[in-house]
Amino acid sequence: MDKPIAPLVRSHCVGTAAVVYASDYLNKLTGEKIERECRRQLDCGCRALVIDFSDTKLVNSIGISILLGIIDVAEKSGARIVFSEVNNQTIQLFEMLGLTRHVALAKDEHEALLTLSVFATAPVVH
Amino acid sequence: MEPSTQKLIHTFGALADLGQEIAGRGDFTEMVRTSMHLLLGTLALRRGAVSECIEDGELRCVAVWGVGEKLFAEFSITEAEKQEFLTRDASDFLVSTAASSTGFVSRYRERLVGEGIELILPMIVRDEVTGLVLLGPKASGEEFSRDDFETIRAMVRHIGVGIHTHRLLEQVAQRAEENRRLYEELRTIYRATVRAFAAAIDIKDKYTQGHSERVGRYSEIIARELGWSEDEVEGIQIAGYLHDVGKLVVDRDIINAPYNINAKESSELNRHPMAGYEILAPINHPYADIPLMARYHHERLDGRGYPDGLVDEQIPLGAKIVSLADSFDAMTTDRPYRRRRSFEDVVRDLRQNSGKQFDAKVVAAFARAMLKEVNGGTKERRIMKLLGKDYLQGENVPMLLSDLISELSHEEAQSQV
Repeated sequence: MDKPIAPLVRSHCVGTAAVVYASDYLNKLTGEKIERECRRQLDCGCRALVIDFSDTKLVNSIGISILLGIIDVAEKSGARIVFSEVNNQTIQLFEMLGLTRHVALAKDEHEALLTLSVFATAPVVH
Repeated sequence: MEPSTQKLIHTFGALADLGQEIAGRGDFTEMVRTSMHLLLGTLALRRGAVSECIEDGELRCVAVWGVGEKLFAEFSITEAEKQEFLTRDASDFLVSTAASSTGFVSRYRERLVGEGIELILPMIVRDEVTGLVLLGPKASGEEFSRDDFETIRAMVRHIGVGIHTHRLLEQVAQRAEENRRLYEELRTIYRATVRAFAAAIDIKDKYTQGHSERVGRYSEIIARELGWSEDEVEGIQIAGYLHDVGKLVVDRDIINAPYNINAKESSELNRHPMAGYEILAPINHPYADIPLMARYHHERLDGRGYPDGLVDEQIPLGAKIVSLADSFDAMTTDRPYRRRRSFEDVVRDLRQNSGKQFDAKVVAAFARAMLKEVNGGTKERRIMKLLGKDYLQGENVPMLLSDLISELSHEEAQSQV
């Protein structure tokens, strides 16, 4: 029997920003999918990334490493990155590990997009 | 939650995941990649790479994150540098502050800095450097603390053991595969030798050339029909090839006599099962009971066989199979003093002698195998080929076989009541 196809990561574009939704548990499997989606969005011309953590309850070590990789790639391509709707426990973890030095945190997606101030820019054609 | 408590929980979680990853039997590269991510994620290190030492001081890249994959192609490590890694403290290998005396770091400092590498740690297994782990800076921008060094050292040690274990398992699997191939070759040689031997036996008897080969094949077909395992089927085939090996010690004139031999000659000829057993017994065969099948292939269920006059349950099933195959081939091939018998006649003989000379279950299995070929229930035509063109082509053949099978089944059912 064929392997079941893993569900795609949910995402959408707002102007030149892409909003990518993290799943409930950010581990190797889901982390790699988010990373691929972020890379794809950057390759398509996005200049800003919002990673939405509204569904995310837990981030493990691999998740941290993958997020750092996304930050790295975004920085190299000159894109800004914002994490939105991160729960308190995860915020503490991000702060403790220094991720918050490289990304802005927003209370929700709307605030994240405002932070990025991308509403006025031209839409990206994917 | 206190940050220190949270850090501790985060680190423990990573260590638990690392142990699970290393103990798993998954893909090697994926195991190293995941382990590296666990290490990087524990302290939020921005990049890293894992390499293993191969021949002549070369380093082979196994996993990278945020570092160019070709980096290790530019590096090599000397024995002296390995010694240095074994004897010095981890903190001695901070790229920015390492003393110029630390060979590896000094040699490649510029390249390492260019790639954003801050720390190098050796993977050590049984006092041997098996690879190097390169690590980038902490996302927090802080320097590595004593605790960080301890955590990194512990995790790198785990990864090193994991890589070493996987490599050992690979070698074991490779050797097992080589052994399997060698064993298969030996079996092939053994089978070829046995068949050559069978041909040599048959050459002695100019009227029964190919007899041993055919008995081997009939025996194999019967055993398969009886549901024997592949290994057992191979064994019975060998037993069939070798069943007449004892004829090598019987006078050629008796074997080739173109007339019915006298009592003395018959007694001489009847020595061959025991002689066969004596020839085969000292050999360490890869299959069970081959000497016994040669010894008992002229035994009968009614106890009137030779050399031991065994009865039904005393005779191994393998010997009963070879016995039937042997008799069937004798009946269906020309002999110096007679033509081969018609199939109808052969079936009559099998029916009459089932339960006396032959085991009814064995006869029924052979009949089923023949019927499958005749009815097209199998694409194989092995028995038909062995018997030669047209022998099983008669219109009444399927009916003869069906009747034989049902009669034997009926008798079998009655005997169980």
